[in-house]
Amino acid sequence: MKRILGILGILVAVMVVTGILQPAFLSGYNLSNVTQLSAYFAILSIGVMFVIITGGIDLSIGPVVGLVGCLLPLLIVKYGFHPALAIAFVMGVAALIGTTHGLLITKAKLQPFVVTLCGWLIYRGLARWITGDANQGFGNSFNGLLEISRKKIPLPGDYQVPIPVVYMLIIAVLAAIFLNKTVWGRYLYAIGRNEQAAHFSGINTDRIKLMAYVLCSTIAGFGGVLLAFDLNSMQPSSHGNTYELYAIAAAVLGGCSLRGGEGSVAGVVIGAVLLRVLYSANNMLGIPSTLEYVTIGTVLLAGVLADEGVKWYSQRRKLIQSAKKVAA
Amino acid sequence: MGDRRENMVSATSTTTTDVTTGLLPDRTNDRPLLLAASQITKEFPGCKALDRVSVSFSPGEIVAILGENGAGKSTLMKILAGVQPPDGGELLVDGQPVVFRDVRDAIEHGVVLIHQELNLAENLSIGANLFLGREPTQWGFIDQKTIRRLSRELLERVGLNYTPETIVGELSTGQQQLVEIAKALSIQARVLIMDEPTASLSHYETELLYGVVRKLKADGVCVIYISHRLSEIQELADRVVVLRDGQYVGEITRAKMTREKMVSLMIGRSLTSGFERHSHTPGPEVFRIKDLVTTAFPEARNSFSLKAGEIVGMAGLVGAGRTELLRAVFGIDRPLAGEIFCDSKLVRISSPRAAMNLGMALVPEDRKGEGLVLEMSVRHNHTLATLARQASLGLFINAAQEITDSQRMIAALRTKTASDQLAVQFLSGGNQQKVVIGKWLLSNPKILLLDEPTRGVDVGAKQEIYRIMEELAGQGLSLLFVSSDLEEVIRMSDRVLVMHEGKITGELSRQQLSETAIMALATGGALS
Repeated sequence: MKRILGILGILVAVMVVTGILQPAFLSGYNLSNVTQLSAYFAILSIGVMFVIITGGIDLSIGPVVGLVGCLLPLLIVKYGFHPALAIAFVMGVAALIGTTHGLLITKAKLQPFVVTLCGWLIYRGLARWITGDANQGFGNSFNGLLEISRKKIPLPGDYQVPIPVVYMLIIAVLAAIFLNKTVWGRYLYAIGRNEQAAHFSGINTDRIKLMAYVLCSTIAGFGGVLLAFDLNSMQPSSHGNTYELYAIAAAVLGGCSLRGGEGSVAGVVIGAVLLRVLYSANNMLGIPSTLEYVTIGTVLLAGVLADEGVKWYSQRRKLIQSAKKVAA
Repeated sequence: MGDRRENMVSATSTTTTDVTTGLLPDRTNDRPLLLAASQITKEFPGCKALDRVSVSFSPGEIVAILGENGAGKSTLMKILAGVQPPDGGELLVDGQPVVFRDVRDAIEHGVVLIHQELNLAENLSIGANLFLGREPTQWGFIDQKTIRRLSRELLERVGLNYTPETIVGELSTGQQQLVEIAKALSIQARVLIMDEPTASLSHYETELLYGVVRKLKADGVCVIYISHRLSEIQELADRVVVLRDGQYVGEITRAKMTREKMVSLMIGRSLTSGFERHSHTPGPEVFRIKDLVTTAFPEARNSFSLKAGEIVGMAGLVGAGRTELLRAVFGIDRPLAGEIFCDSKLVRISSPRAAMNLGMALVPEDRKGEGLVLEMSVRHNHTLATLARQASLGLFINAAQEITDSQRMIAALRTKTASDQLAVQFLSGGNQQKVVIGKWLLSNPKILLLDEPTRGVDVGAKQEIYRIMEELAGQGLSLLFVSSDLEEVIRMSDRVLVMHEGKITGELSRQQLSETAIMALATGGALS
């Protein structure tokens, strides 16, 4: 809880400072833009969070987004699939990818890093091969369809809520219920902390881990669908590049430990938003865009460091307090 | 020489008249002082680990430190060895006050601690380990020749029959322990401190260690060691120092060492030693394995059966294949061959889950690694196995039921915990074990398998666990427990299966039970 408040504090601070230095940052247009992008990344981050809680990792999120983003217009425009069928198809591909990851990791006992690294290469390559490395888009004849991602709910003033934020919130609520209120959620945490003990307690640990990878890739697939409709122009060789790193960074920033067993939906969502806000602030404040990664990397590092510091300090304070109690 | 200890019996002694209260370390006797702790105090958040403890040690004596878990034994050892500084009091070496800022300081004064978890690099050779970090060099290169020569001398001193080139990982735990001792000797240890050195040793290895310790004593080395095993202390120690709740409560010299005296001093009251399992008429057979073969011992076929309301002990040396057999039965490792019958029906157990659904439960040997999720709360650990059974639609956690279940187990097993939301890592060993047992009792098992259920558990909690086992058997459960503690096996079992090298070599009824009978079977011999 403290951790979430801490990162929320940083988020607010960055927004206030940027807003003061550059009022345009808080304009309806910019905020709508930032929240829309935040929503996509939050969705991807929630997905990878499941895997990270089990103590695993998924590096293939970016290429899955890329593959889905290229496949979707190809199916709809070139092969004339009904949009609903095409969406179901690409989501199915994503789920299949997750299942493959899960099986390789639980049954063949391969390391998640290695499996998903190979996946990273394979899905990127597949996207380029299937499309002949040509740009993909829906053109101008599917504008209604693009509203799936582009629709905005107006608010008073010139503010509005982009529809992906709604999807993200629904996913976040479902994920939070899943993690905190269901047996499987509890199992995920237990496996992340001590897989052996979970197995000895009669939990089918392989199945739960498999489920985490399926959820991760499927959610990445869904994110990919939303991004495709929003962007309407995807380069097979680069669409979705580095998204896996953003997703993992947001999860870590939001309190996930790569050792497993820790993490909350709220933290991860705020972490994802913070990353996008930093990105935007970097632009708005006129910091050279070449320094973008430097800014984000530095803040991420500082955040993780501060977290360790706070942990150390509060533990120390607790120790001193109880030592005083003993002495008294 | 009249025994010095008797002269010191103090009239103020509140425990028993045979022990000294020894508030002061200065002993007016003929033996020189090697190491002394005077009025040592150490506080941790929430507890006073040591409260003005004074003890002293002489060259060439073997001193056992006894106390329940949490009595402060380990803390005292750590302070003596410079791992932790004391909050108050002082240490004296050869009568001179010293301050150990770290382990290195202590080593310089000849005080060496051997940890319970050994600190050896398993992938390096014995020689490399012995001189790790202080390799003799020649022209800047490691002088292998000298290492070999010195290593051979050291190995001979500890009676270890291996070449210095042997990789440490290939040695058994007991042999590795001897390597640690050799290492301590190589740095001219005058005081050797060992934390439960025999906890994971086989009978044979333990004997070997005794021999080495006695030899060290003859060489004038002072050996201080922590142990829970009273028979071991009686056999080896010149005197035993007893701590309770962080305080020195007395010490007993070899001549006066009786089991009853040690126990009553340790727990502050005398134990009702009448914990003797009464003979029972067991119920019908509930479980049977036939010709089961485990991967660890492909040549050994094992068969046994369990009856309702019966406690069956499983004895044997460490590594005899007892744990492997339990694991195979509980579906953790797949057996190579054999049949398992539950209530006379042939069953297949391919996972712990399958075993659980057949009414089985396993309290594993490695409590922290296999029994508990340490960072999770008592409540969540309690319900880990049965969460799905209680869930609505098999998915949504029934939070109210979870609280009731956990509270019920805390009450039934008398688990000491501040709250059911406390992480189990903060509980003592005995209470952690109760959480593991509680987790499985919630599943309403018919067959309870326990692997070393009282290992690393203090005397008081041991009695509690025995009581629980007895009660469960009374309720008609069938219990099979593996134990390396012969005393416990004899006390608790209705009958005993003994294993040797993967094979059940014999079965002893309650009337046939004796340490010699068990040891004969456990070492591959036959019943005389």
